[in-house]
Amino acid sequence: MSLDKEKIKHVAKLARISVDEAKVESLTKDLNSIFKFIEQLNELNTDKVKPLTSILNQSLRSRKDKISDGKIREKILKNSPKENEEFFVVPKVVE
Amino acid sequence: MADITNQSLNEIIENIKTKKVSSTDLTKAYIKNIESAKKLNAFVTTTFDKALDNAQQFDKKPNFDQLLPGIPLAVKDLFCTENTKTTAGSNILNNFIPSYESTVTKNLWDNGSFLLGKLNCDEFAMGSSNETSHYGNVINPVGDQLVPGGSSGGSSSALAADLTPATIGTDTGGSIRQPASFTGTVGLKPTYGLCSRWGIVAFASSLDQAGPMTKTIKDCAIMLESMSGFDEKDSTSINKKKEQYSKNLKDNIKGLKIGIPKEYRVDNMPKEIDELWEKGKKILIDLGAQLIDISLPHTKYALPTYYIVAPAEASSNLARYDGVRYGFRSKQGKDLIEMYEKTRSEGFGDEVKRRILIGTYVLSSGYYDAYYLKAQKVRQLIKKDFDESFKKIDAILTPSTPSSAFKIGEKTNDPVSMYLNDIFTVPVNLAGLPALSLPAGVDKKGYPLGLQLIGKALDEQKILNIGYAFEKNCGFKNEIKKWWS
Repeated sequence: MSLDKEKIKHVAKLARISVDEAKVESLTKDLNSIFKFIEQLNELNTDKVKPLTSILNQSLRSRKDKISDGKIREKILKNSPKENEEFFVVPKVVE
Repeated sequence: MADITNQSLNEIIENIKTKKVSSTDLTKAYIKNIESAKKLNAFVTTTFDKALDNAQQFDKKPNFDQLLPGIPLAVKDLFCTENTKTTAGSNILNNFIPSYESTVTKNLWDNGSFLLGKLNCDEFAMGSSNETSHYGNVINPVGDQLVPGGSSGGSSSALAADLTPATIGTDTGGSIRQPASFTGTVGLKPTYGLCSRWGIVAFASSLDQAGPMTKTIKDCAIMLESMSGFDEKDSTSINKKKEQYSKNLKDNIKGLKIGIPKEYRVDNMPKEIDELWEKGKKILIDLGAQLIDISLPHTKYALPTYYIVAPAEASSNLARYDGVRYGFRSKQGKDLIEMYEKTRSEGFGDEVKRRILIGTYVLSSGYYDAYYLKAQKVRQLIKKDFDESFKKIDAILTPSTPSSAFKIGEKTNDPVSMYLNDIFTVPVNLAGLPALSLPAGVDKKGYPLGLQLIGKALDEQKILNIGYAFEKNCGFKNEIKKWWS
């Protein structure tokens, strides 16, 4: 299957990445060559194969639902691009 | 004393223990080297003042019983370091100062070492040549204009240029082993789950694994011992007793069965790679090992599988970079959605964007079964190939890479040709196995080449032992002229 420019713009929208119109052409070319490479997998019949979901012979551990860390609001807000006392600030969402 | 920085980590530790050198003098020697090696661009951040403080504290109250007593170490800039900027090679993290320490680096510091600086890498570890970093290309000390491999290119370059006595990298598809091979150094990707992923900037969570990069096998064992171990904070961390890899290192490999997979070759592979492989086989036979021909029939599908699984996981992991809680935020964008889109567009480089788009597409409604589910099934087949083979052998020997280091810019226009670099390293990540790249020779241009030893899950000791015996008998010496200083 091949990816056209419209499809790529749609996927970029889903991924929340704005793409320069000027770059769509080369991106389309690159992605199509990558997908052509990926689609070698279609040579294989995998109807009876179970998908691998974990490479460990153990299931994910669950832990007690207990607070092990906390009260570090200041530390966390220190890395935010914009904050207001106790909150992260984003562009206005509701009119 | 002769230049201490060209010694192995193990030798340096001995010199510290016998007080032939102080931690402060050692640290100063590395700082001097780093300052005269700016051309290599191996460092994103240096922490010289803190390192000297740490060294002086060690010298005042030395504890020689530790594994890494008073040793300064530079690490890949993918490990979060408390109060020291951590960029992952990306513009989107150009101002990120973690308030916590990754488990792996904390383990290193708890064993007596301290941070010397943060090493350049491909952006979010996505690359095979260190050409995708926002902080510029890293140069391979082997030759001007040569790439150091990737994604742990700053790590391999700094190690080979004597800018750190040992280092750590991360390996999602070959990012430790390929740069080790390109620089004539040792690199180990441990079994998935042996080293904690907590506090490492995530790329593809089911494949990512941290590991040591060193000048010798002994050094590799010391570093692995220092950095590995169970961690409650990583839900895929393996809970097992800690092993003493360096103490248990043995060079007797008589009777071990080494598998030689017939599928590990590519079209137009340089003759030298085949010759190197033959040389490796001969060394192992001379050491008393037995070679067994094996087949890993799904090898050719490993790379296409990887380029579904890894981008899919990356697109999900990198969704967190939205310009709200930390990292870079674009000044453009009228509303929230536009702010996200501009932030991610300006914050990520081309390769990262490409992979996020691949990942988003293969996970999107209507395509999931055709791509992602298919890849998970093929991944099962790849793992089964290894499981079957390992019933009759102890380890597998292959070349590490299909070529030696290439020139900067040589492969940047064609993503697939760049991806093909990882053709021999990727299957191991998909199967979660440990693999070691060891320097074994040079090509006709004099550039280093590596061989790869793949082990069973949690069988690090055995591949280290084989590597140890190999190293003693291979006669490889990394001769790098310091043209940059």
